[in-house]
Amino acid sequence: MISVPKQSEVHPSERRIILKNADNPDYDVSIDCYERHGGYEVMKQAFSSRKPEELCQEVLDSEVRGRGGAGFPAGMKWKFLDRKSGKPIYLICNADESEPGTFKDRQIMHKDPHQLIEGMMISAYAIQAAEAFIYIREEMPLGAQILEEAIAEARAKGYVGDNILGSDYSCDLIVHRGAAAYICGEETGLIESLEGKRAYPRIKPPYFPAALGLYMCPTIVNNVETLCNVKHIAEMGGKEYAKIGRPGNTGTRIWCLSGHVKNPGYYELENGKFTYGDLIYKIGGGLREGRTLQAVIPGGSSAKVWRAGERFSGKLRSGEAFDWAIDDVPLDFDGPMAAGSMSGSGAVIVVDDSVDIVEVLANINAFYAHESCGQCTPCREGSLWMKKITTRMVNGGAREEDADLLASIGDQIAGRTICAHGEACAWPTQSFVAKFRDKFTEKAKEDPEKASKRPFRLV
Amino acid sequence: MAFELSTEILEYIDKLIPRYPEKRSAIMMILHAIQKEKGFLSLEAQEWVAEKLELTPIQVREVVTFYPFYREKPIGKRHIRVCRTLSCALNGSYAVCDRFKEAFDTELDEISPDGRVTVEFAECLASCGTAPVVMVDDKLYENLNDEQVEAICNKIKEETPANPKAGNTDVS
Repeated sequence: MISVPKQSEVHPSERRIILKNADNPDYDVSIDCYERHGGYEVMKQAFSSRKPEELCQEVLDSEVRGRGGAGFPAGMKWKFLDRKSGKPIYLICNADESEPGTFKDRQIMHKDPHQLIEGMMISAYAIQAAEAFIYIREEMPLGAQILEEAIAEARAKGYVGDNILGSDYSCDLIVHRGAAAYICGEETGLIESLEGKRAYPRIKPPYFPAALGLYMCPTIVNNVETLCNVKHIAEMGGKEYAKIGRPGNTGTRIWCLSGHVKNPGYYELENGKFTYGDLIYKIGGGLREGRTLQAVIPGGSSAKVWRAGERFSGKLRSGEAFDWAIDDVPLDFDGPMAAGSMSGSGAVIVVDDSVDIVEVLANINAFYAHESCGQCTPCREGSLWMKKITTRMVNGGAREEDADLLASIGDQIAGRTICAHGEACAWPTQSFVAKFRDKFTEKAKEDPEKASKRPFRLV
Repeated sequence: MAFELSTEILEYIDKLIPRYPEKRSAIMMILHAIQKEKGFLSLEAQEWVAEKLELTPIQVREVVTFYPFYREKPIGKRHIRVCRTLSCALNGSYAVCDRFKEAFDTELDEISPDGRVTVEFAECLASCGTAPVVMVDDKLYENLNDEQVEAICNKIKEETPANPKAGNTDVS
């Protein structure tokens, strides 16, 4: 059995459902341990006494939103499945956790793999999947190994494979390893990759996976955390689950806090019950001594940046007016969106005043240029162009017109590509330039010699 | 010499392919297995995979050249991947990378002169809360500081004999 070190202190503010057992000192990844803690009981109950359509309805009632980044309601996604085609249905767990700043799924797979397997098998039964896959990124070889061993244990006990738990339902579960391409996190890119091709995303419509997915068959692609939630939704009932968090933002969410904070880590919190200020200062311990906040990236590096001190005002969907500082923005799906950004994959990156903000964007641009799949010209050429400009800027070659040029390139990418990678690479540039224009302008006046000697070098 | 694989891998591949609804889907897992045994994916290896999966060689090559973790040339005996993405960079990963390069007197993406390592940057190793992080082969090292980097370098030198002529490959 593989042993994984326990990492995180549980903060008193947390309400751990998905990570309930993950960091307990006496908890391990074996099926015996999982069963001792009540594991697979929900699945047994579901298979013995509940119809698949009832489980689908529970997920719909739960209003659970996908934890991968887009935040689309999972029950609605399941409802879109094309069941009339008569083709086999596939379930895919998206474990290609590649958004910079995000590291929650690693914790689940490394520390509680059977929870994912149980969530997946309940989900597979609910949608009547013919086969299920876990697409895991190659940067997590230990996770793949843990899952392989856990699936073998589950198969031996009749939870996976033929005639599951004595029923007439059969479904195999396969761990499939990616090879370090960020675009595989995009569901249609992932499907192409799983089919054995380059991960070029497909155009939606018509290739919505629920209708035309893996092998052109109806397919559901859900994130690791989302599929784990299905187990808890089946256990407590959709309507009961929906009481956790707040309307439209139900359940808990694992937030990943990193960057310049005292206590980086993952924290499972009830949706909408906390703010970004709570996460960064009360839970994350705040900034390092003597430092002040420069920026917050609220939902993974592709999310639009917030500049310290800015305020957001407007009206929520409910009609309620708001006027927030960064610290006041609700920590859920809708809060950051109302504040002009997104919660994305739940990854909050804090940047203090010790670094050059142009270098931060240069680092982000280097990532997205490297990860563009190359299929669409605006993304392939534009991301590289933006990277070249920001790299030149930090290497001492900044020009006065760079800010406008960067903004213009970003504008020409966003909305003009097959998949959301166009936005993922354009939004950081657009928002950094808009929020920190003065810093970009100052850069052009900087002594090039000073730039090349900077000890903190991001590119 | 004809391209050959160990019996163990051949058995693994033969069990793997029927698990997928379409055999082409097995390509990435097969490439991983061959790369692990051979150190890299030669043209002969790619042609072998094409024949095995009834694909054209270019269909295999498209996959090999698209995904960053597949490689077509040998690397050092040990593979050091330093995360360079934002949270790690904010916490000093570029300096960590420099220390590895200095310790093995090598340049990025090259086999070190002693044949022991290849140092590369990786794009986000998904452990941003414990930045900076490094993967040595399949093992992740987290929350690195100078002393830990030095300890890792010493461990590699202790465990891996210098051999300037060969990287992690059976092709000599």
